[in-house]
Amino acid sequence: MDAILLQILNGLDKGSAYALIALGLTLIFGTLGVVNFAHGALFMIGAFCAVTLQKLMNLSFETIDESQTDFLGNPLKVETPYVEAWFGPETGATIIDWSVPLAILFAIPIMLAVGYVMERGLIKHFYKRPHADQILVTFGLAIVLQEIVKYFFGANPIQTPAPDALSGSIDLGTMIGFDPNAIIYPIWRLVYFGFAVAIIGAVFSFLQFTTFGMVVRAGMADRETVGLLGINIDRRFTIMFGIAAAVAGLAGVMYGPLNPPNYHMGMDFLVLSFVVVVVGGMGSLPGAVLAGFLLGILESFASTTWATTTIPGINQIIIYLVAIIVLLTRPRGLMGRKGVMEE
Amino acid sequence: MTNKSITRRGVLKSGAVTGAGLFLPTIFTASSAAAYTNEPTGGSVTLGFNVPQTGPYAEEGNDELLAQQLAVEHLNGEGDGGCLNTFTSKVLKGNGILGKKVEFVTGDTQTKSDAARASAKSMIEKDGAIMINGGSSSGVAVAVQGLCQEAGVIFMAGLTHANDTTGKDKKANGFRHFFNAYMSGAALAPVLAAEMGNERRAYHLTADYNWGWTQEESIVASTEALGWETVNTVKTPLASTDFSSYITPVLNSGADVLVLNHYGGNMVNSLTNAIQFGLLDKVANGKDFKIVVPLYSELMAAGAGENIKGVLGSMNWNWQLQDEGTKAFVKSFGEKYGKPPSNSAQTCYAQVLLYADACERAGTFNPCGVVEALEDFEFDGLGNGPTWYRGADHQCFKDVLVVRGNENPTNAYDTLEIVEITPRAQVEYDPEHPMFKGGSLGECNPGA
Repeated sequence: MDAILLQILNGLDKGSAYALIALGLTLIFGTLGVVNFAHGALFMIGAFCAVTLQKLMNLSFETIDESQTDFLGNPLKVETPYVEAWFGPETGATIIDWSVPLAILFAIPIMLAVGYVMERGLIKHFYKRPHADQILVTFGLAIVLQEIVKYFFGANPIQTPAPDALSGSIDLGTMIGFDPNAIIYPIWRLVYFGFAVAIIGAVFSFLQFTTFGMVVRAGMADRETVGLLGINIDRRFTIMFGIAAAVAGLAGVMYGPLNPPNYHMGMDFLVLSFVVVVVGGMGSLPGAVLAGFLLGILESFASTTWATTTIPGINQIIIYLVAIIVLLTRPRGLMGRKGVMEE
Repeated sequence: MTNKSITRRGVLKSGAVTGAGLFLPTIFTASSAAAYTNEPTGGSVTLGFNVPQTGPYAEEGNDELLAQQLAVEHLNGEGDGGCLNTFTSKVLKGNGILGKKVEFVTGDTQTKSDAARASAKSMIEKDGAIMINGGSSSGVAVAVQGLCQEAGVIFMAGLTHANDTTGKDKKANGFRHFFNAYMSGAALAPVLAAEMGNERRAYHLTADYNWGWTQEESIVASTEALGWETVNTVKTPLASTDFSSYITPVLNSGADVLVLNHYGGNMVNSLTNAIQFGLLDKVANGKDFKIVVPLYSELMAAGAGENIKGVLGSMNWNWQLQDEGTKAFVKSFGEKYGKPPSNSAQTCYAQVLLYADACERAGTFNPCGVVEALEDFEFDGLGNGPTWYRGADHQCFKDVLVVRGNENPTNAYDTLEIVEITPRAQVEYDPEHPMFKGGSLGECNPGA
């Protein structure tokens, strides 16, 4: 039982990342009708916002310590972060320690701007082009973006640890009546799940309970009629592109402490996220979220020793297997609507 | 008056026939004179450095490239000479190789076998490279080694740790300075026994490709010989990015040691995940839970950050060694590039010098002469102490390092500390050992 609960938690955790990326993808597809293969790159840029802030906070000045030597035997250059010099060692160290959560504030305007520039500068020119053209241009853009990041940050993963207070793991089992040490789970993974639920809730609330959101939903249902009412729906959709970019970016910021960011991380999630969108139903926001968590959980269970010994290789194909089954039985996906991506 | 019109077609035909007539003897001359592929005829000789310049191992490839450039400088008499001053073979004088200035071309393996073969082929056929050096993957090494065998050039492998490179896939034109998975197991086992005892239960997570399988096989064999029990061996897809669902079954498996047969991004992520789940804080079977990463590199250790603290592994070489060869190389590299070299950089540097030295001793660039000079060559002064290039399988034998993630690093580079320098004799094995059986070196191929 404890093993099952652990895999459910793992699945929810994986599903959190899938759901957040798929949510952004669906927002863009539902509003602008664009299949955005650069969405994984937005997730990666978000993670590198955290890396950048961490590097900025660690900007240091050098002092020479004659009592120590470097690897060549020369006097050691000791680096002290400016933050520690300005705010004192303890406060400075605490600020650096909390750089990932602080990067949320740093990343929101950056991701909104990146999304805005991407949409206005490139993607808007492809609205009336076939989906194949959109896929090619956005995939090309994704490669360009990851090469830019690699140029500045290198190919190696870069650690962006969680704050000390949220590092380590807690004994969840004792809280729900299990034996001690039966269900040990990393705190940051729980934080990530909670964060994902909050972001998903915020996006749905924004669309459901604000006038802006109501207009966007109306535009998603019938863009032409909304336009005829004198509403500049294109402008709102551009803003939605920025919001979708911010959602992917924030998913990336918070993902860093789970697995160190590298320039390729967006591509690792891209294909899976598209499968999630297709399984959930093209254009369906609840479908994207549902499929994200569902596939995350299935992937987790498929990776258990029992599953891999019963059906070798099941862990590598489970998501695609489910996608095939869903598409055969429900061609529009779990919550897809008639008329979306159909002639 | 004759009206002989000159047509474009006529000019082309005549030109082609004349050109072919003039060129034909040259082809025969060249092919009859060249005793081997890309025999240098001018005042220079070209080496081909085939390393990952893009993709996930680009930084490792860049480090290899820096080391190889340094080796070329030293061979040409530039810089401080590095290991030319400590190498026990004294035939290299800093005047190139056999009096020819050393030049180099580079290729990008992208850590993909097909791309690596294409770049090696291009360097051999278009740039006239006389040998190929470097790389950062066993799959790539085996693929390029096969190509070099067919093309008739020498291949000096970079970072390749799978047993097969000098096991079932060994080739007469190929040489490996780097250690292998068997040696990792042989070096680690006594340290594991000393630090963890003989009654341990190990759980393996293994990257699902050739290198992972051979490492798992080697570590399982060496730890079971200690008396350890192998609880489970689980293959993880190479493309995995999150290992949480593979780590959680470890928690209640009854294991008290986790062995991560992962490298690169896989290693960084699986180790990070294992630490997140508190494995190193756990007590299992009345013992402190331990993690072992059999193959370490400095660059991966940097990627893993604080997570490697206290975690044991093995390395081919480390810049903190105190032998004269290591000190000379670290000084040269450090002063030129401002950082200590990685162990893959050291291997690539040593391989360039060993190739040049073999040419000098053989008195020729002919691959068959080079093979003969390298086989059973014993030397010192390039790091790791007395070293032997075994003729039977072209595997280098030298001391192997057991290292541990440094608990208290004093700078960005001492992320690993040397726990033990395992003597060469302890990691030697019979060429017909079951883990290396199959395949044969075959005959050296001079090409041309």
